[in-house]
Amino acid sequence: MDTFMGYARKDGRVGIRNQIAVIPSVFCAGKVAERIAYQVPGCVYFRHPVGCSQVGEDLEVTAKTLIAIGKNPNFAGVVVVGLGCERFSPYELAEGIAPSEKMLETVVIQEEGDSLAAIQTGSKIAREMQQIASRQTREEFPVSELMVGLNCGGSDMTSGLIANPALGYASDKLVSQGGSSILSEITELIGTEDILARRAVDDEVANSIRGMIHLTEEKLRRQTKGSTNKDRTHLISKGNYDGGLSSVVEKSLGSMKKSGSAPFSGVIQYGHQPDKKGLFLLDSPGHDGEVSTGQVAAGAQIILFPTGRGTPTGFPGIPVIKITGNPKTYIKMKENIDINAGTVLKQEKTIEQAGEEIYQEILEVASGKQVKAEILGHDEQFCVTRLP
Amino acid sequence: METATQTKKGALVIHPDDNVAVALSDLKKGEKCSVRLGESEQWVTALDDISFGHKLALCPIGKEESVLKYGEEIGKMSEVVKTGGWIHTHNLYCERGMK
Repeated sequence: MDTFMGYARKDGRVGIRNQIAVIPSVFCAGKVAERIAYQVPGCVYFRHPVGCSQVGEDLEVTAKTLIAIGKNPNFAGVVVVGLGCERFSPYELAEGIAPSEKMLETVVIQEEGDSLAAIQTGSKIAREMQQIASRQTREEFPVSELMVGLNCGGSDMTSGLIANPALGYASDKLVSQGGSSILSEITELIGTEDILARRAVDDEVANSIRGMIHLTEEKLRRQTKGSTNKDRTHLISKGNYDGGLSSVVEKSLGSMKKSGSAPFSGVIQYGHQPDKKGLFLLDSPGHDGEVSTGQVAAGAQIILFPTGRGTPTGFPGIPVIKITGNPKTYIKMKENIDINAGTVLKQEKTIEQAGEEIYQEILEVASGKQVKAEILGHDEQFCVTRLP
Repeated sequence: METATQTKKGALVIHPDDNVAVALSDLKKGEKCSVRLGESEQWVTALDDISFGHKLALCPIGKEESVLKYGEEIGKMSEVVKTGGWIHTHNLYCERGMK
């Protein structure tokens, strides 16, 4: 079995980065969290617009997601920052993260006095955590300890043709060795529910897959009911047709190909983690950031991101490996894109060879090689989903 | 050495079960193109002008027969297509996700 060099965590999970996460429980604490991270380079912060004036399932998903981000094994420690009067208490956030047994402290602005005092307290805590984290060294682990998130954005026709099938090869290779992989973007999978369900490990999982896609289709039907613009109700656009796609199923299959052909072990709700290993389907809409955030909350240490047109985005503390199937995009966006699968289009490589290249990159990045989005500080993909 | 810089026209088969290939460049009617599946290669003559990203038939496909891409059915033929013929919305139908 292939191996990588990672960081052991007390809860038995394995991280591939060793940073300190500064997480606000509410949007009001966002700037303080950001400033703490600025004071202590190497920290990452999670600025978001949620945590208060929400109710029911919407607040529930926010709470579960922020807790799960804090528990992600890529972080050696967590500084929770609260305001003091918010609906989602910073103490509840910290309590949720505590079972991971990582370094954990809470700073509350209204208790510290003001934002400057909170920044000072938080910075000292983060500095101390950073020093402890800096003494930890990487150890060898089997790839079965890796979980990757399959995402994509800024797609063009090379995505479904080349980059996604190549990524599917890499995902299959990881899953066949006991690793985990997560497919999401349910809105991009409509029409493939029976195909995906056939790959389920049992009938229960097959029914969950069909149910998840059916619910998304229902939601879209409700959302488009009052629309008089026909182009907005179709799931396939003129550009898709011009590019050579002849049906919605063909489009969805291109998206689905990121998951290769491995069997589906189960489905995951947003903010939840799978209780076993394998390939999973995560309930999330198609928005790039909401997808990545759900996958990182599920425990993914790496995001794999095919992009035909090219997008520079990244995620705090989680490497996002960019792959393009379009050779022109690679030349234009070389500073943002890690893997050029456009070699398949130019007939220099096969899909399998490009897939192998992606797989080897996963191992290297897991062992510490920084991706371009990390080096350039891109962190746009952190974005908690909202429920209407 | 002008010939050395000329790239041959090609098409890609994504899955071994597929009965279509995807054009990797614009193909002109009557043009021969190299169709690749993994390491193997076959030659097919385009019967129509086929744009980059569009599909061509790898064998004759009858009316109401399945069109397979990614190893799965993406729709059915509404009319017969010969080897090398263009397949798109004019001769393929599929009603999912259209309403």
